[in-house]
Amino acid sequence: MFADMIESVAKILFIFTVNLGFFAPILGWVERKQSALMQDRIGANRADVGGFTIIGLFHPISDAIKVIMKEDFIPAGAEKLLHTLAPAISLIPAIITFAVVPFGGQYELFGHHVNLVIADLDVGILYVFAFSGLATYGVVLAGWASRNNWSLIGGLRASAQMLSYEVAMGLTVIGVMMVYGTLKLTEIGAMQESLFHWGVFLQPLGFILFFTCAVAENKRAPFDMPEAESELVAGYFTEYSSFKFVMFWMGEFLEIVTIAGLVTTLFFGAWHIPFVSDSALVSFFHFAGPNGAAVLAMLVNITTFFVKVCFFIWLQMTIRWTLPRFRYDQVMKLCWKMILPLSLVNILITGLVLLNG
Amino acid sequence: MDASVTLKKLAERFPGSIVETHSFRGDDTAIVKKEDIAAICTFLRDDEALHYNFMMDLTAVDYLGREPRFEVVYHLYSLKYNRRVRIKAGVSESDCTIDSIVSVWPSADWFEREVYDMYGVVFNGHPELRRILLYEGFEGHPLRKDYPLKKRQPLIGPIN
Amino acid sequence: MPETIRDLSTEQMVINMGPSHPVTHGTVKFLATLDGENIVDLKVDIGYLHRGFEKMCESGTWQQVIPYTDRLNYVSPLINNVGYALAVEKLIGIEVTERCKYIRVIASELARIADHLTNVAAGAMEVGAMTAFLYFVEARELVWDLIEALCGARVTANYVRIGGVKNDLPDDFAKRTHEVFKRCHELWADVDKLLTHNRIFIDRLRDVAPMTGEEAIALGFTGPCLRATGVPYDVRKAHPYLVYDRLDFEVPIGETGDNFDKYLVRMEELKQSMRIVEQALNRIPSGPVNLDMPKYRWQSKDDIYNRADSLIFHFKTVIDGIKPPVGEVYLAVEGGNGELGFYLVSDGSGKPYKCRVRPPCFPLTAAMPRMMKGRLIADIVPTFDMINMIGGECDR
Repeated sequence: MFADMIESVAKILFIFTVNLGFFAPILGWVERKQSALMQDRIGANRADVGGFTIIGLFHPISDAIKVIMKEDFIPAGAEKLLHTLAPAISLIPAIITFAVVPFGGQYELFGHHVNLVIADLDVGILYVFAFSGLATYGVVLAGWASRNNWSLIGGLRASAQMLSYEVAMGLTVIGVMMVYGTLKLTEIGAMQESLFHWGVFLQPLGFILFFTCAVAENKRAPFDMPEAESELVAGYFTEYSSFKFVMFWMGEFLEIVTIAGLVTTLFFGAWHIPFVSDSALVSFFHFAGPNGAAVLAMLVNITTFFVKVCFFIWLQMTIRWTLPRFRYDQVMKLCWKMILPLSLVNILITGLVLLNG
Repeated sequence: MDASVTLKKLAERFPGSIVETHSFRGDDTAIVKKEDIAAICTFLRDDEALHYNFMMDLTAVDYLGREPRFEVVYHLYSLKYNRRVRIKAGVSESDCTIDSIVSVWPSADWFEREVYDMYGVVFNGHPELRRILLYEGFEGHPLRKDYPLKKRQPLIGPIN
Repeated sequence: MPETIRDLSTEQMVINMGPSHPVTHGTVKFLATLDGENIVDLKVDIGYLHRGFEKMCESGTWQQVIPYTDRLNYVSPLINNVGYALAVEKLIGIEVTERCKYIRVIASELARIADHLTNVAAGAMEVGAMTAFLYFVEARELVWDLIEALCGARVTANYVRIGGVKNDLPDDFAKRTHEVFKRCHELWADVDKLLTHNRIFIDRLRDVAPMTGEEAIALGFTGPCLRATGVPYDVRKAHPYLVYDRLDFEVPIGETGDNFDKYLVRMEELKQSMRIVEQALNRIPSGPVNLDMPKYRWQSKDDIYNRADSLIFHFKTVIDGIKPPVGEVYLAVEGGNGELGFYLVSDGSGKPYKCRVRPPCFPLTAAMPRMMKGRLIADIVPTFDMINMIGGECDR
């Protein structure tokens, strides 16, 4: 009982540290640095402490200090309560979605069973959809409560776009559920031990569609309709400043991590290294004794998982800085006329293959 | 010379309304009576041998102390014959109006508004004659020669 | 479902785009009436950058106008310089030296390259392709380096004088230009890869604001926007000034006149302009760059300091200004956006009686409502960029 509690607390703390403490601040830097590399610029390197810039890594700190020092501005005539609440509503789902994403397998440690996921829900995928659906509220309320026409248009665009892509995203995952026969993300992860059972090989179309939908759901370029800065100034967060602005911003970065985590779990073998089974990994570390081997295997798995996550974060950033923005009607057309029918076709083909196989 | 074809044709077609023509530095110029400006412009645009399809520029000049005081200046260009012509029409200060040619060349729209803004010449039949570069509430017409260079404008409140 | 639509109480939203909005780079205001995302009506309000150019010109001497012309189209200032100097020279009835003509062509084309680079880059950025934007900004920086080598300034470049240019080309100019153009070609190819065949970019620009040639002519379009509609009108070909008739270049034209055609025309013109500069550098003759006419062009500092007659002429032209004969001229050059015309009236004194500029983007901006009615609000972005409205030129 007590051990379970320690385990849960440890896992939550770990994910919190990794996501909020590491990814959220560092991704701002990654975004700048990567765009700088792509655009032949030197990039973030101005913030220095005692003459050391360490490739611009002080920027997240100076950013944080800057935004906290700024005036927290609420425009006249804005709906105060909702205006304040909206950033939280959009940030919280981004944080807690990761709870169902497994970042490692299951291990026997000192006679205790350790499952490296915060909440091993039977309806893991549905949980993800439920909370990403909630994030829509934050955006829409922000747009509405700001009492600014640009924000309003941004909020409306966001609601339409996120709801549409929610539908499409749900359908793209159905193929994965059919193949693995479960909604539990830990089980889906565990089944991808062999490289040939990775979701991307069983569901190649599903992967492309899911990834597209996920990026669109996160409202990042080329799908950044709600905030399209050249049309809508900054869309739904035009009227936000200080830490509330950062909450939107952190929510977006955390969602990048969550998307990368989900893609890894569903399609890219979760925590598994290609051609290395879990038992092989444990027996490789047999010199450290049973417990030591389990700990080492756990560390290797966690590292593998986050390396893959980093790769997909990188991929999302590359897309962000390469492609121009869609027009609003084109985004909707892409969803309803391309992705949705294709995902239905994907389900149909998967079903036929499963029936015959 | 090929270029003066336009002036010749104009003189034939509108003998009564051409006040003067000249070709200083090769620029064909016809000074016409302002009453016939729309008819002349339509003729220049539609005549097969002229075909002035571009209204390149429309401006005015203030010759203070001369009568008529203002001259509205049209620069036309024919893409087909690669020819240019300048048409000028005198507008007196007492009757500071001239017919609009927006119906002939839609491009004249903003140019006429600008001349109205800067010189106060009113274009009859313009669809929306209001100030363009300056604001509503600006006093006077700044490109008139009697507008002092350092004149200050009164402060205005917000305009809806 | 018409009943349902009627029963829905929807109202139109009037929204102020600008004067300070990310899309309105030239400081302009759009008053858009929206029905959802659709533009029902659009009003364009300009004049935020009005500085009284003509009034200023009328209060200074003929030479003092030159710095003002830099600030007209501040993206391609050298073309304005050249246009004004040519117009004054036409008024006086003089022609500059052969070498000076080539130098002016080089200056004009460098300015045109900078203009088109800026325009295409900004267009890419506006639709979200930030990387393409920065590639072209790098190219523009390099071209500005060349302009800096010419005249010492990067943005408000001021190089051309009545009767000549400020100074001769620097010694290693041809070599430097060659190096810069090599890099520009690479960057051009990168941007071409990133944008020209990019499905999203094409979707954003294709079939937005199309226009027929006749309509464009009637609306007063000139320059790349007119050529995109398929009308091959280019002042450099129609009325060759300087030495354009001796240089080999092509005038690209489009078909539909939509934004993508405007983009393609500009991309091709970049290459043609680089070709012109390279040819001009190869063929440029040696000789003086300034006219030996002390009444119109100052003589060298050496002469002014050491010869009495030169000093007197210098004093007279600086204090009284040069004195063109009484008359009026109109002279057009091909600016970055189209026909840049100067209409000058002289009363024989040292000051221009009237100095009118025909701004090419003025009628283009006027056509915005025509191009935008019934389209989506997001279409304002590429359309407004592709007409390349420059506040300094439009508002003067």
